[in-house]
Parts: sequence; C-alpha cells; structure tokens
Amino acid sequence: MNILFNQTYIGFLLNGALWTILLSALAFFFGGFVGGAIALMRISPARWARSMATLYIQLIQGTPLMVILFLIYFGLPALGVNVSPLIAATVSMTIYVSAYLGEIWRGSIQSVPKEQWEAAECLALTRTQRMTQVILPQAVRIATPPTVGFLVQIVKNTSLVSVVGFVELARSAQLINNSTFQPFAVYMIVAVIYFAICFPLSMLSRKLEARTGYAGKKQGLTP
Amino acid sequence: MNLNYSFLAQHIPKLVDGAWMTIVLSSSSIALGFIIGTLLAVARRSSFPVLRFLTAAYVEIIRNTPLLIQIFLTFFGLSMLGPRLPAALVAVIALTINTAAYSSEIVRAGFDSIKPGQWEAGEALGLSRAQVYWHVALLPAIERVYPSLSSQFVLLMLASSITSQISVEELTGVANYLQATSYRPFETYTVTALIYLALSLALRGVLWLVGRIIFPRQHRLRKAVTA
Repeated sequence: MNILFNQTYIGFLLNGALWTILLSALAFFFGGFVGGAIALMRISPARWARSMATLYIQLIQGTPLMVILFLIYFGLPALGVNVSPLIAATVSMTIYVSAYLGEIWRGSIQSVPKEQWEAAECLALTRTQRMTQVILPQAVRIATPPTVGFLVQIVKNTSLVSVVGFVELARSAQLINNSTFQPFAVYMIVAVIYFAICFPLSMLSRKLEARTGYAGKKQGLTP
Repeated sequence: MNLNYSFLAQHIPKLVDGAWMTIVLSSSSIALGFIIGTLLAVARRSSFPVLRFLTAAYVEIIRNTPLLIQIFLTFFGLSMLGPRLPAALVAVIALTINTAAYSSEIVRAGFDSIKPGQWEAGEALGLSRAQVYWHVALLPAIERVYPSLSSQFVLLMLASSITSQISVEELTGVANYLQATSYRPFETYTVTALIYLALSLALRGVLWLVGRIIFPRQHRLRKAVTA
C-alpha cells in the first residue's frame, strides 16, 4: 500500500476526482436543462410533444450509457464530426441524465395534489401562471430528495467516460496502475474517494426524503 | 457521410453470441443477486446489532461506488487470491455483488411495509421467525416492491455492458471488436443500441409475465377494483 504515501500519486488521483466532480456538475447542469424540457413535454397537452418525449425516454433508458458514449465518441467522427473526449463525455452524460431526470421530474410535477391544479384554474390563472406560480414551486420540494439521490448515479456513471480517455478519477487510477502494477491497491483508494463523494449525497437525499415524507409514494409501497 | 449497414450481415452470428452472453450474464446475476439480496434484507432486520451494521455497511459501500471500479476490484482481487478465473465468471460475481446490495435495499422496504399485525399473527400461530418470513411476509413484501425490483433488473442488464472492460465477450465487447475491424463505428453502435433496446423490452416483458404468474392475487384484486 505504499501508493498511499506517495504524494505525486495521491495528488494525481485527487486531481482526477476534481474532474469527476466537474464533469458531474456539467452533466447535471445540461442534463437538468434538457430533462426539464422533457418533463414539461411529457405532460404537455400537445400529443406530438408527449409522444416525442416518451419515445426519447424509452430509447435512452433502454440503451446502456456505454453504448451512447461509444456512438458519440467513435461514431460521430466517422460521419465527419470531430469530438474531443470532453465533448463526448459531456454530451453523452447530458443525454443519459436528461432521460432519467425528465422522468423523475415528471413524476414530481404530477404528484402535486390535483386540487392545486384545479384551484389555480378556478383563479383564472393562465397555463403558464399555473405552472410557474402554483405547481412548480411545490414540485421542486417533492423533486429534491430523488434528484439529490440521482446525483450519486451521475457521479458514479462519470467513471464510464474513462474508457474514451477522459482523465477523471477512474482513468487516473488506470494511468497510475500502468506505472505501479498494483491495481488492487490503486482501485481500493479510488473506491474510497468515490465513496467520500457519494455517501454524503446519499445521506442528504435520505434526510430530505424523511423530511418531505414522499419516500413511500416514490417506491410505490402503497398497495 | 455514407452509411453502410450491409457489412454487419456477415457478423450476425457474432452479434447473436454477444447478445446471448449478455442474457446469460444478466439472468444469472439477477437470480443470484436477488436471492442473496433477500437474505441480506432479512439480516438487516435481525436482532443482532453486529449483523445489522455489517449488512448496512455492505449495502452503503456498494451503492456509493461505481460498478466499473467494483468490477476491476473483483477482477484483480480474485486474480491475487488464486488461479485465474474466466472473465465471464468474474463478471457474474461482480454483477451479483452489485445486484445483491440494490435488491436487499428494495426487498427491505417491502418487509418494512408488512403490517405489524401480520408478524404478530404469525407468531401467535406458533411459527418460528424463519417460518414467519417464509410463509407470511416474503411473498406480499416482494409483491409490493416488484415494480422497483423489475426496473433495477433492467438497469443491471444495461450495466452488464461495463463488463466488456474486463474483456468479456458480451454484446458491447463484440461491438467493440466489430468496430475495430470494420472501421464503421457509427453503424456498429446504432445496431448494438437497437439490440439492447430489444433486450430491455424483452426483459421487461418477461418480468411482467413472471409477476403475473407469481402474484395472481394482486392482478385479480386490481381487476375487481376497476370493474
């Protein structure tokens, strides 16, 4: 375990961890943007918007992130579009995140009690007013625990972009392993670093869930 | 841009082999992971604090680290311990370790949703703790969380693509090989994505059918309510 005491290696790993966090933030930002649009499309009165969003979600949730990543990183250059590892990683993570967040957020919007929708309508609010002033503020509160929980999935899944040569935490581990030949020790340290990022997020999500009390509803435990 | 899918026709047997490997990997780790996960869920509710702590720690460690790292640790860890195992076996072990943690958390929520009266009724009939779990709690608990379990299993099938990184010849592994030899990555990966899509639809269908067979009561109840 002498890697633990080598400052260069630990520094290199922590630098990788920083990229993991940065990529997660980018994925959450862009994925949240697209995911929000997908969620609104899923509950739109326009039929074409609903079916487009449903198709998108079904397609992405039925395909592994790794294949999406390969399709963008290796596939697009073959069509004449050049992509760097950073672009490929960000775009594929955005696609992946948007499909899952879109579904989570649609559920949150629809679990705002029906009476709230009706009351807003009775007050003669327009559709936009009803959405922005009545429904969304309440939906955000419902959506927060599962969204924080999904952040853990984002951080963990950024490890996949290591396979296209993007130097984040998992890739840094591979590079160090190439010179130390101590894979088990290196990956153990890396696992600890991932755990240190993800575990606080999991705890936060659980705490928020307990406070809002929507946990049972989300898991469909009511018979 | 000129797309050409015709070259894939000669590689259909390879793709079928890869898809079959994906099915074998995921079905065996789903079955094993579900059984171990259920046992872990029981251990998590045990009256021994040490056992509770150990299972909780296991679940948290697995759920808060990436599957890719778990697969590498299993791969290198097992090769340190003894003779080199086939990559597919290592993959099943790693995927089982992962699924067990996720299913135990879901099944535990199912056990928690069983009303105290049910446990007490079982005890009042003189059943042992194991008998109460087996005859009273297990089926209704799993029935309630069956939708969550199903989506977890579909996620696992998709995640089995990661095992291509330890050179398992499953669908993604085959696709990587085909794109490297044909220099047609776009075509290869779109077809691969479609095969995964078909596999996940098929898995959802199978899980739905299994649910119908194991839990006929729920289905009849729902029918009676809507009628």
